[in-house]
Amino acid sequence: MSENNPLVRVENLVKHFPISRGVIFQKQVGAVKAVDGVSFEIKKGETLGLVGESGCGKTTTGRTILQLHKPTDGEVYFRDINLTEASDGKLRELRRDMQIIFQDPYASLNPRMTVGRIIAEPLEVHNIGTPNERKERVQELLRLVGLNPYFVNRYPHEFSGGQRQRIGVARALALEPEFIVCDEPISALDVSIQAQVVNLLEDLQKEMGLTYLFIAHDLSMVRHISNRIAVMYLGKIVELADRDTLFANTLHPYSIALLSAVPLHNPAAERERKRIILFGDVPSPANPPSGCRFHTRCPIAEKRCEVEDPEFREYEKDHWVACHFVEKAQQKM
Amino acid sequence: MEDKEVILDIQNLRTTFSTQEGLVHAVNGISYKLHTGETLGIVGESGCGKSVSMLSVMRLLEIPPAKIMADAIYFKGDNLMDYPNNEMRKIRGSKIAMIFQDPMTSLNPVLTIGFQIKEPLKLHLGMDNKEAEARAAELLKLVGIPDAESRLDDYPHQFSGGMRQRAMIAIALACKPTLLIADEPTTALDVTIQAQLVELVKELQDDLGMALIWITHDLGVVAGLAERVIVMYAGYVVEDAPVDSLYEDPRHPYTYALLKSLPKLIEVPGEKLETIEGLPPDLVEMPKGCPFVPRCAFAQEKCKTENPGLVEISLDHRIACWVDIKTGELR
Repeated sequence: MSENNPLVRVENLVKHFPISRGVIFQKQVGAVKAVDGVSFEIKKGETLGLVGESGCGKTTTGRTILQLHKPTDGEVYFRDINLTEASDGKLRELRRDMQIIFQDPYASLNPRMTVGRIIAEPLEVHNIGTPNERKERVQELLRLVGLNPYFVNRYPHEFSGGQRQRIGVARALALEPEFIVCDEPISALDVSIQAQVVNLLEDLQKEMGLTYLFIAHDLSMVRHISNRIAVMYLGKIVELADRDTLFANTLHPYSIALLSAVPLHNPAAERERKRIILFGDVPSPANPPSGCRFHTRCPIAEKRCEVEDPEFREYEKDHWVACHFVEKAQQKM
Repeated sequence: MEDKEVILDIQNLRTTFSTQEGLVHAVNGISYKLHTGETLGIVGESGCGKSVSMLSVMRLLEIPPAKIMADAIYFKGDNLMDYPNNEMRKIRGSKIAMIFQDPMTSLNPVLTIGFQIKEPLKLHLGMDNKEAEARAAELLKLVGIPDAESRLDDYPHQFSGGMRQRAMIAIALACKPTLLIADEPTTALDVTIQAQLVELVKELQDDLGMALIWITHDLGVVAGLAERVIVMYAGYVVEDAPVDSLYEDPRHPYTYALLKSLPKLIEVPGEKLETIEGLPPDLVEMPKGCPFVPRCAFAQEKCKTENPGLVEISLDHRIACWVDIKTGELR
């Protein structure tokens, strides 16, 4: 693999979940189009932030990349290996290098296993080291994520949310992966604890050269941690750019509205600023609107948006957007 | 502010829960006043007592295990602590209304939206079904639900999350309350829907002139909404200040650290977030001194042994701390 090749390349990824009717004679009556054609690349050592509202398909994207869901269509390349065609054995081998940290630190740790066993499990599955070496490695990992190695024999319920998320991080790091999907790792945590976990993730990235796909709905944290940010709406990426570019020069009407809806921690600025209030709710991904999926809520939509799905194009260098009327959005919003 | 009428005056409210692990001290003596038409934000992390303090005022906790104690809770001059349960019931939903955090679980799934909006109208205002029906449709229209008349017959599952929260607001506003308590009403919702609801509540508050208490853990929402903010930690009020002073000049080490731990809008690349190390105290074994001591960057010997009360340090700005964080020395 040459230096310039991206570590992860996603091409036109599609994941539809079937909706079935009937108990005995089940037949498919539709599909939830959770992810509907997304393409992006993640370079080695960078953090790509993936933001969007609930139900936009960001979690499904993360899981489908790791082949935890089988994609309906499209390709995922990891180090130029096509994961969608890889055999189960090959995938298991590759999973050593790609791990995931889950959103809910309460639901993602087995309550009947000690912390030591939870963290050692990936090592056991992949037959790495002798039992004694594993024990040492677990202690080392606990220290790495800022927990007392003395905790190995405790159970998850004895820990707070932030500490549990650290255990989840330790488990993901056990196999020394290259790539980690962080699926809303801080959403379930209190504000004062969020910063602790974000700092930990950043330190680990620096030390171990990790690559992250950081999924979240909290834009201010995503902005802090990401190099580039992708905005998703109803199963598609609508805008993708460098972090600073995305915030300074937002192109897509949805991104503009999303950024304007994020509360600022400054009363004076908050009173001054103009907020773009979107009408209505996010439509159902089982029956997405025709044409551009955002046209039902878009303040600048025209006839063309109802019929023609805008192409995801490189509007400026490294700044991708899917909208017919970028200039109009700039002027009117 | 002083010339306005005080509508809620909480004096030394304490709430405990008896559990198997021991007595949980959820609220540990909080006092504050709320004026007519005022918007108060209550901020704090989970378990700091912000919701429990409001549920105590509304007497919506199961007693036991809960035990609510207070010197007095005056609402429009009457002490709610003296009210028997049936009197409280007359106030809840009519004079003081509440919107809850989770719109998915706080509506009854087997009753239509219309029924649930009509309920307080019939109970508190004695309307007949026809009047109530018309008023319910008006209310639903008021909170921005299109096609309101026909949506009255829908069940909660036919509404989206944002619409359910709008329906909750319609129920809360049905009797034109003097005080609306919103307990993290937007936490379960997306930011674009949150923005819709914050705007809606602001408008309705202006129209109806009610006082508003907005409970949240999100310092951003409160910044744009509240006139005054109370910060709670481990069941205590640690800072109480007008919104601008709180954000520009926080004086309690916890508020200070909390604001510091948020990502800044303009960042120096590679800059790290400041963290508050450690965890909030165990509410069963409350420390003797200030509850924030183990995590406090300014802590002194005195802080470990004596709990600072809430004192006024400048006009309308109260904090519970022995230390002046500007100098790092005892005040």
